[in-house]
Amino acid sequence: MKFLTTNFLTCSVKECDRSNNSFPLHYKGEACQLEQDEGIEFNPEFLLRVIDRVEWDAVVSVAKDLGNSTLPQQKPVFENEELSEEDMIVLRDLHVLLIQTNIVEGEMTCRNCGHIYYIKNSIPNLLLPPHLA
Amino acid sequence: MGKTYLLFMVQVHLNFRRAELESLADLFGVEVGNWDQYDENSPFLKVELANDEQARAWIRRSVLTRAIYEFWGEGECYSKLHENVQGNVSFDAYKLAYRNGSFKFEFDSFGGSSSGKLDRVACIESFRYLDFQGKIRLRNPDQVFTVIEEYEPINDNVAGEVPKRIFFGRLIQESDRLRGALEKYDLKKRPYKGTTSFEAELSLVSANIAQVQPGSIMYDPFAGTGSFLVAGGHFGAMVLGSDIDGRMIRGKGSQTIKANFKKYGESLQFLDVLTMDFTHNSLRKNLTLDTILCDPPYGIRESIKVLGARDPERFAGKENVEIDGQKAYLSRDYIPTKRPYSLDALLDDLLQFASERLPLNGRLAFWMPVANDENIQTVIPLHANLELKYNCVQEFNKWSRRLLVYVNRGPAYNGPTNAGHERSQTTFRDRYFSGFN
Repeated sequence: MKFLTTNFLTCSVKECDRSNNSFPLHYKGEACQLEQDEGIEFNPEFLLRVIDRVEWDAVVSVAKDLGNSTLPQQKPVFENEELSEEDMIVLRDLHVLLIQTNIVEGEMTCRNCGHIYYIKNSIPNLLLPPHLA
Repeated sequence: MGKTYLLFMVQVHLNFRRAELESLADLFGVEVGNWDQYDENSPFLKVELANDEQARAWIRRSVLTRAIYEFWGEGECYSKLHENVQGNVSFDAYKLAYRNGSFKFEFDSFGGSSSGKLDRVACIESFRYLDFQGKIRLRNPDQVFTVIEEYEPINDNVAGEVPKRIFFGRLIQESDRLRGALEKYDLKKRPYKGTTSFEAELSLVSANIAQVQPGSIMYDPFAGTGSFLVAGGHFGAMVLGSDIDGRMIRGKGSQTIKANFKKYGESLQFLDVLTMDFTHNSLRKNLTLDTILCDPPYGIRESIKVLGARDPERFAGKENVEIDGQKAYLSRDYIPTKRPYSLDALLDDLLQFASERLPLNGRLAFWMPVANDENIQTVIPLHANLELKYNCVQEFNKWSRRLLVYVNRGPAYNGPTNAGHERSQTTFRDRYFSGFN
């Protein structure tokens, strides 16, 4: 599962819809095994569109769960249509984080209800037991 | 003022062809002047468009056409064609514009061929009045001029031998089909596929009618082996899939959905596949899904199931079962039970979900199977916020399937709805397994 996908996933349990704590899920750092997929090419235009969709607070929070506390608190902005060299450096870093970083095995927990979801072979499993469905 | 163009289409999937052309025109803001000339029985359509740019935008992604040309002339025979080309009001301007560039001639035909009887060199010579001074270049010429011969087939199996109409034009844009999309995505050459994989041609057409856009998010809630994800990725969307059956989306060894994207050189487009019950959805509510495109399960090759216990009494209290001091349902290897669900209910859920997650004017497109032989009217699911834009039928022997395409118009639309009603009298599965008798 790509790091980016952590920004799209909340708890499946219906009662957690109304809670502010169900997003993002909490990633148990020591149980998460990460992998870098360097085969995915860098495309700044594509990435800009991705960044538009991203909830930055959740990016910062999940990165911290996974042991990276170096992200800025504010979402980077790219004001000029012509991207500067610094912009490109930031975008490359975000490409590595959001697109190339893959959680191969891992555990994620809802901060509201405490339900645990697992990631196996890079695929998250969001199915629920009958009493929560 | 615009110009006249000649669109050369294919005579297959006619129920989808116009929907594809209209959807692409709408997507790229192409004003097509004369739809009234459109004829299902003909592969040719002469249209007025503003400029070449519009013609290119319109046809570049198209799957059910061959190419679009700047129209120079037509005739029932070559002498009439030459007369018509030279009588074209734009003839002098066209001649001047392409006088010095490099060029080549190409030949195409429909409904038959001259079987080698046409002397192509002599035919090209007969256009000498064009007075082109540029070099003939077979590779990467500045312009390609095309002669298209239309034959009347003698019958379904025998091609015609004498052309009934000949067109001449300057190539503006070859379609995605002519540029090899069908070969590229041919299922035979796909690393990971299964019994539910959807063929390349109609999956690409579906993505066109659904108006999948580059840089947008496309979601397939019944991803299976990822056929529609591949189609959406081809058109540049960031694609996300889910399926309640984890085995399907996982693949086997090196045969995975991810491997398919890698083979196509489109790894960037593939976001992820999730093991998830679409009706218990984990995608955060404020994430806009620009397009939803899918082929829901209809109980033949895959059963229709959602999370929950078929017999809730049997599962009462099971949430308290512990293994090694941990709740069993929280363990890594826990497999939740599933219960059967009806296709009607699933489609109601799908429409409701689409109305909540699509942006205004975003499209939901999905396939629905129908048994042909019943005298029962097929009821198409409807939602108050969704306009049913297209209902394209693909006929098989005893059944058919439809591509239903909806546009999200928002709460103000207030259209008819039939959610919650039992639409189907018998299930498609039962009809299928009784041989439609």
